[in-house]
Amino acid sequence: MLELKDLAVNYGSINALHDVSLTVAKGGIVTLIGANGAGKSTTLRTVSGLLKTRHGSIRYEGEEISHLPAHRIVQRGISQVPEGRMIFANLTVRENLLMGAYLRKDRNKLGHDFDSVFEIFPRLKERAKQVAGTLSGGEQQMLAISRALMSKPRCLMLDEPSLGIAPILVKTIFQKIVEINRSLGITILLVEQNANLALEVSHYGYVLETGRIILHDKCDALRANEKVKSAYLGGH
Amino acid sequence: MSSTEFIQQLINGLSLGAFYALIALGYTMVYGVLRFINFAHGDVFMIGAFCGYYLSPRLLPHFTGWLTPLGPVTVLILTMLICALLGITIEKLAYRPLRSRPKLTVLITAIGVSLFLEYGGQFVFGADPKSFPELMPDRALEGTGALTITTTQLAAFIVTVILLVALTLIVKRTRLGMAMRALSNNPTAAALMGINVDTVISFTFGLGSALAGAAGILFALSYPSIDPLMGLLPGIKAFVAAVLGGIGSIPGAAIGGIILGVVETFVGASAFSTYRDAIAFSLLIVILLVRPAGIFGRVQPEKV
Repeated sequence: MLELKDLAVNYGSINALHDVSLTVAKGGIVTLIGANGAGKSTTLRTVSGLLKTRHGSIRYEGEEISHLPAHRIVQRGISQVPEGRMIFANLTVRENLLMGAYLRKDRNKLGHDFDSVFEIFPRLKERAKQVAGTLSGGEQQMLAISRALMSKPRCLMLDEPSLGIAPILVKTIFQKIVEINRSLGITILLVEQNANLALEVSHYGYVLETGRIILHDKCDALRANEKVKSAYLGGH
Repeated sequence: MSSTEFIQQLINGLSLGAFYALIALGYTMVYGVLRFINFAHGDVFMIGAFCGYYLSPRLLPHFTGWLTPLGPVTVLILTMLICALLGITIEKLAYRPLRSRPKLTVLITAIGVSLFLEYGGQFVFGADPKSFPELMPDRALEGTGALTITTTQLAAFIVTVILLVALTLIVKRTRLGMAMRALSNNPTAAALMGINVDTVISFTFGLGSALAGAAGILFALSYPSIDPLMGLLPGIKAFVAAVLGGIGSIPGAAIGGIILGVVETFVGASAFSTYRDAIAFSLLIVILLVRPAGIFGRVQPEKV
């Protein structure tokens, strides 16, 4: 569904990605793990059209999308939940969700979609009229995910959804991610520093180190891999 | 100062403040989406006054009988459209190519655009002051006792209120208005929502410039001598008003404009009347010392 080939990206004057190739199969959950600064966020930002590629290609549903501006990428059906959530702090929860639906043409169906995200995250319904900046970190993450869902994506990219969230909520968020994948049939590309958790919920994983893919395999195999164990899973 | 005199000065101050508010809104909205001060904004206000000057004699004679009141309204609307187009064009030609450059580059370009409009204006319109035509009969309203309220003051007040209400509705209720708020909140997230950032920025410039154009006409009705440099002082004062209210905040710009207008008028009526123009800048220094974020502004920690 989504295919990155020999992707190279500069971040300022630094080469942030070198020849990154990865494939996200339709209907699956693929995770990209790696240390801080390995280039995980850069990869997602490039797919979303926020960063320009130096060379290489990004193909989505068979079409080249690497030259498209960010708003066209969303239009194609790829939505991103950015690192740090980036909710619109001075808009209400409801307005945040409406912004997620910015490109939707079928505006008469929005009521139904509000219901369906509230079904996944009931807590947001109670807070619909509240200004988003007053939500807790976990609630903001739920809002960021819901907002991304409002554009009806076929492919959802999540950047560090566990970052800055109370440990009890992290588990919930990851369950919801699996639920979104299973019940809504949305393909997921998940970037995570918490490799344990990410490999647990995903089907296939890539390991990124200083801008290069050094390893990729099914998640079960990666969890058994000695190198991954010592470097990313706490070395037990 | 007697109470009648006090109320009279208050009315004068409010009507002056309304002009500042209309101009200040443009500064604050552009700052909201682009984080830079469009110093050419005061000159769009001047162009607005000149639009009124050239449009009125050509349009007003066509509105006779019961259509007469529609004449000034048409002049106002056309002026706002022309100024909106001018604002959008300035952004496209001068600022957009520099979007990824340091803010200082864009700021200096804005000063360049301002000078271009001022001296281009002198070249095209002539440098000497022109007397602005009467768009409507200017007389004092009756039944206000010892107070003097003129028809132009009343009209300017009504138009300002209508524009402020319309702006609030646009920003709060429409899709583009929401996109504007989202963009000013977080540009990256706005792009990730599928918002075409260029369109929203054009829209913002159009909206702000239309308000400045309207302010130009209303201002020229009350102070009917116009020249190509007339935008300089009101422009800078409106900038002070926007900072006073909290740059980036729409209600802040409106309130800041009103406060500045009232304070200035009272100083003008006092023994210190020669310091009238200095008051805006003293106010700026005081705000920057005491509350740099302004009345409605929030301190935004600089991300590193």
